[in-house]
Amino acid sequence: MKSDNRIHPWEITSERNYLNRRQFIQAAGLAVGAGAAAALPGRALAATRELDTVPGPYSTDEAPNSWEDITTYNNFYEFGTGKEDPYRNAQEFQSRPWSVKVSGECEKPGIYNYEDIVGPHTLEDRVYRHRCVEAWSMVVPWVGFPLGDLLQRFEPNSDARYVRFKTLYDPQRMPGQRRAVLRWPYVEGLTIAEAMHPLTLMVVGVYGKELPNQNGAPLRLVIPWKYGFKGIKSIVEIEFTRGQPDTSWEMAAPREYGFFANVNPEVDHPRWSQARERRIGAGLFAEKQPTLMFNGYAEQVASLYSGLDLRKNY
Amino acid sequence: MAAPSIRLLKVVVFGLCLVPLAMLVLAVFGVGGLSLGANPIEELIHQLGKWGLKFLLMTLAVTPLRKLTGWNWLIRFRRMLGLFAFVYVLLHFLVYAGLDQRFELTAIIEDIAERPYITIGMSALLLLLPLAVTSTKGMMRRLGKRWQKLHRLVYVIAILGVWHFYWQVKLDTLEALIYVSILAVLLGYRLLDWWRRKRWKAAGPRSNHDRIAHPR
Repeated sequence: MKSDNRIHPWEITSERNYLNRRQFIQAAGLAVGAGAAAALPGRALAATRELDTVPGPYSTDEAPNSWEDITTYNNFYEFGTGKEDPYRNAQEFQSRPWSVKVSGECEKPGIYNYEDIVGPHTLEDRVYRHRCVEAWSMVVPWVGFPLGDLLQRFEPNSDARYVRFKTLYDPQRMPGQRRAVLRWPYVEGLTIAEAMHPLTLMVVGVYGKELPNQNGAPLRLVIPWKYGFKGIKSIVEIEFTRGQPDTSWEMAAPREYGFFANVNPEVDHPRWSQARERRIGAGLFAEKQPTLMFNGYAEQVASLYSGLDLRKNY
Repeated sequence: MAAPSIRLLKVVVFGLCLVPLAMLVLAVFGVGGLSLGANPIEELIHQLGKWGLKFLLMTLAVTPLRKLTGWNWLIRFRRMLGLFAFVYVLLHFLVYAGLDQRFELTAIIEDIAERPYITIGMSALLLLLPLAVTSTKGMMRRLGKRWQKLHRLVYVIAILGVWHFYWQVKLDTLEALIYVSILAVLLGYRLLDWWRRKRWKAAGPRSNHDRIAHPR
């Protein structure tokens, strides 16, 4: 059981977030549901199950975003392309039972259910910066365990140079998949070195609680030095491959999104600047802040890319 | 329609045109259950821009509607709709320049120079300026025939504006394509009308000639 007197990193709530939360609750209470500008109903506040966690390494001491910001504003095209669509459309989604098919260049392929995947691992609280390719950012207290620890259990062989991930494809349960905005199912990939890096997290929760559906329940990746879209959600397949896997956004617009998608303030998106970012929750009068190389994780990951032209390999 | 009822209707329409702005102002302060969500600056910019485009399209819909229905009094609302388009587009720009870019001139100029969708958006706003300035009755009289020529710029502005919207969308272009389609219908109507009148004019003198020639 979780001890009651432990203080989580996010429990030192900044005044900004406190006010933010109060405003939200006020707005939710008065919600009339009129048009696009109407506040979201209070459902976002409904907490999911508490998880048993320990503090993990690499946490930033920046103030995390509120639960409301994190669970009502994100991209998850499987539930619609609007920022609030995932929150609105994912409430009915059932994430159990859940299983993951493991295949490719490894000794222990097979179908593993959620409990098999998560059970053997200690869940860690890790507060990471999150940078979206759309030039907004958050600070999120994720709960998860190193992806590398999971992948080792499948005993990848020496031909496993990449890892490919796939999201559930089920238009019945994921209404956003009824429109061909992206080529479904969503696929993502990492080099084996990226996948094994201790920063790379298999995430099962946020704020000490089980991951809400709209954030990619029950299993999603978080690779904090890459743009958010690399963090594939609701994972049902993991495959060890010899060649570089296709990835969804690269297939959709190869000039705009690459395989690596490392956060890089010096390489602009063809249509907008990546030099600065808007921190969500900072309010109407806050200045944008400079984007950091590798989202501030250069010390940990820059060596992965030595010799690679980051302008070409965006 | 009689003059008094037009005047009354103008007041009503004026009030209606202010409703989106009022809703956004309420949302800024979180009044009445309205909210701009987690990214309020972006939401404000998007909503103001889209309302600017909506008013532009409404302005362009006046003439086709008038011709199709025969309700000539509709023309008396066109200037108001056009000016509201200008107001919303201007606010769209001011929130971008002020709140998003904090009036940092170098950043704004860089944006305009380097981001094609901002370049065309800015061009549309600049082209709207002379139309707003010359929208008064006095200017109309002073400019005479040139007034109409000048105000044909609105076609260019609408195309640039809708293009600006389409171009900044990340991937899901559905909403922008609705604007594109409406604009295509409104401009298509004019092309068709122009082409029909041209044909009629071309046919005109010949039939006159026939009429004159006939008695001989």
